[in-house]
Amino acid sequence: MALQAIAFYLLAATTVVAGLAVISAKNPVHSVLFLITAFFSAAGLFVLLGAEFLAMILVVVYVGAVAVLFLFVVMMLDVDFAALRQGSVRYLPIGAIVAGLLTVEMVLVAVSVAHNGAAAGSVGPAPTGSVTNAEAIGRVLYTDYAYFFQIAGLVLLVAMIGAIVLTLKHRVGVKRQDVGRQTARTPLSGMRIVTIKSGEGIDE
Amino acid sequence: MTIGLDHYLTVAAILFTIGVLGIFVNRRNVIVILMSIELILLAVNINLVSFSVFLHDVVGQIYALFVLTVAAAEAAVGLAILVTFFRWRGGIGVDDASVMRG
Repeated sequence: MALQAIAFYLLAATTVVAGLAVISAKNPVHSVLFLITAFFSAAGLFVLLGAEFLAMILVVVYVGAVAVLFLFVVMMLDVDFAALRQGSVRYLPIGAIVAGLLTVEMVLVAVSVAHNGAAAGSVGPAPTGSVTNAEAIGRVLYTDYAYFFQIAGLVLLVAMIGAIVLTLKHRVGVKRQDVGRQTARTPLSGMRIVTIKSGEGIDE
Repeated sequence: MTIGLDHYLTVAAILFTIGVLGIFVNRRNVIVILMSIELILLAVNINLVSFSVFLHDVVGQIYALFVLTVAAAEAAVGLAILVTFFRWRGGIGVDDASVMRG
């Protein structure tokens, strides 16, 4: 139990410090790297909770896809980030006050819910027996939530098409393949037989 | 000492607030604002998963999965809009986006 407490405090501290570093780093590339750290340690928290499947999904989706996407965009755009940071200190006091109030309120609500709510007295993950976490999720996801699962796939499809449509740029003067014209081409339309008289050559 | 539900909820609350503070502080940098939104959604996911575990109900983890899906879609579309906006204005400052012409 002591080992679990040590692991929890280590992972929680890493998550919070990395989160703070994300919003305070001067270089956005460092921000993205700290975001990856935060996601990794949050995945560790999930493992500690017994939600291994979600922890792995978090690593695959966030670290493998979203963070790399952020990294690509940060490195692709030639932006003067120092100029964007000007005047940011102006909003720090009011932001800190709002954030402090929000934290105190949310922690109070969280502690009271944990001790008096529906989960009061629960000491952690139920003994799962032979059913693994991924199997338990699969049993619910593919039965009761099958439609929602399909809709989630649709959301991803729409996002993919949207991202492609938004960033697609048609340059003029670039020779590109026209598949319709290519497949519609027949020997009749593609070539012409001419008879050339001796010594005259061809006009075109 | 035992790590209970309140510990996880506190971490999530702190992370959520860091995300909100990030939007306040980096008001002009859209990329960091998007990262702050990702932090907020991560906090929501920690809340969902810890409640799911402590209530012995796996449905919370299903919801966390859907939140993850929407967060990934949001990041993709947001960054695509950012790239288009950069091409159009030559910068990504939030103040540059105050002009809305069709």
